[in-house]
Amino acid sequence: MLNYLWSFMILAGMLWGMATGSLDAVTQGLVDSAKEAVTLGLTMLGIMSFWSGILEVGNRAGVLDWLSEKMKPVLGFLFPELPDDHPALKPIAVNMTANMLGLGMAATPAGLEAMKCLKEDGPGFEIDKTATSSMCTFLILNISSLQLVPITMVAYRTQYGSKNPMAVLGPALAATACSTLAAVVFCKAADRWQGRGKLCRAELSGPQRDENQVQRRVWEPETQKAQAHRTGRKRL
Amino acid sequence: MIIWMSQMIVPLIIFGMLGMGILGKRPVFDDFLAGARDGMRTVAEVLPTLIGLMTAVGVLRASGLLDVLGNLLALPAGWLCLPAELVPLTLVRLVSNSAATGLLLDIFGKYGPDSFLGMAGSIMMSCTETVFYCISIYFGSVKVTKTRYVIPGALFATAAGVAASIWLAGR
Repeated sequence: MLNYLWSFMILAGMLWGMATGSLDAVTQGLVDSAKEAVTLGLTMLGIMSFWSGILEVGNRAGVLDWLSEKMKPVLGFLFPELPDDHPALKPIAVNMTANMLGLGMAATPAGLEAMKCLKEDGPGFEIDKTATSSMCTFLILNISSLQLVPITMVAYRTQYGSKNPMAVLGPALAATACSTLAAVVFCKAADRWQGRGKLCRAELSGPQRDENQVQRRVWEPETQKAQAHRTGRKRL
Repeated sequence: MIIWMSQMIVPLIIFGMLGMGILGKRPVFDDFLAGARDGMRTVAEVLPTLIGLMTAVGVLRASGLLDVLGNLLALPAGWLCLPAELVPLTLVRLVSNSAATGLLLDIFGKYGPDSFLGMAGSIMMSCTETVFYCISIYFGSVKVTKTRYVIPGALFATAAGVAASIWLAGR
């Protein structure tokens, strides 16, 4: 994808420059941008290194584990069809918390592991090519962006002479809350529309199905707690 | 409230992380160095991509084609209350993070990071993800091809994020 996009940008720019007779400006633009990119890299180096260092301190002190543990009630609300000992829950929690902290390197492997666990849960998992409801919820949430502190954005703004580079953090948090809320609402609506259990539970055998229904009942009080927890945190 | 949050987030996180480390009797400075080294490596890995894409955007802008594209898209963007300058950024954001970064930095250079466009772009980049890239790696890894309602859902969440960005930046 990027191959086409990138070559399109350069080729189209060159052709347009040729057509409008501004080829020297195009060459100048190329040289200037390359220089700009290196200056930007130098500014980023300081901020990014410091931030990654601080995150690593927290990570090794167990912040990720602690947060993942705290995620459990929220996961119960988002994935009501997964029993609370489902193997996918741990990687999902790690993926989400790592995303919140902006630890992309920890988030992706956990996310792929979660997808694998969710796949094995579905009916006829070896050949099945259809996404289960859990997969859809997980992916939509992931794409809605969960990152709480977009530190690279602060670095970019610093480089371009912003008076207050951190000013983006509050609005970014509010906007992230909006997109994540939209994602949750969409998933819940889609569940109601399509019948959440359909693809992951209906085709499982009898006893397993009963077990899941028992689990569901166990989860119900948790759901209310999760909601209180969520709204409480939003207000902060 | 939002300004207060902006000022508090980073100090709070630094304080919390260091506090947890000290309380857990961790060698915090060694941990910090290990993380900082990773951070440097990340920047070093991102730099070639940045150079490649920023030059591509530079070429596109210097030739005048970027303005032409913006003008072409201004009309449909107007129906959606989206500033025309942000249309290329919004579209590219769906497929590539680094290419979108190139476009955003171009906006920073032209209008300044504190302008309405710079602010809206910053927030938008922070509250959205590369929709199609994510879908392809996650579903590709488990060979799922029938994605059901994932694409509409992801686009819906992204649209909510973009709308919120423009509204918040205008305040």
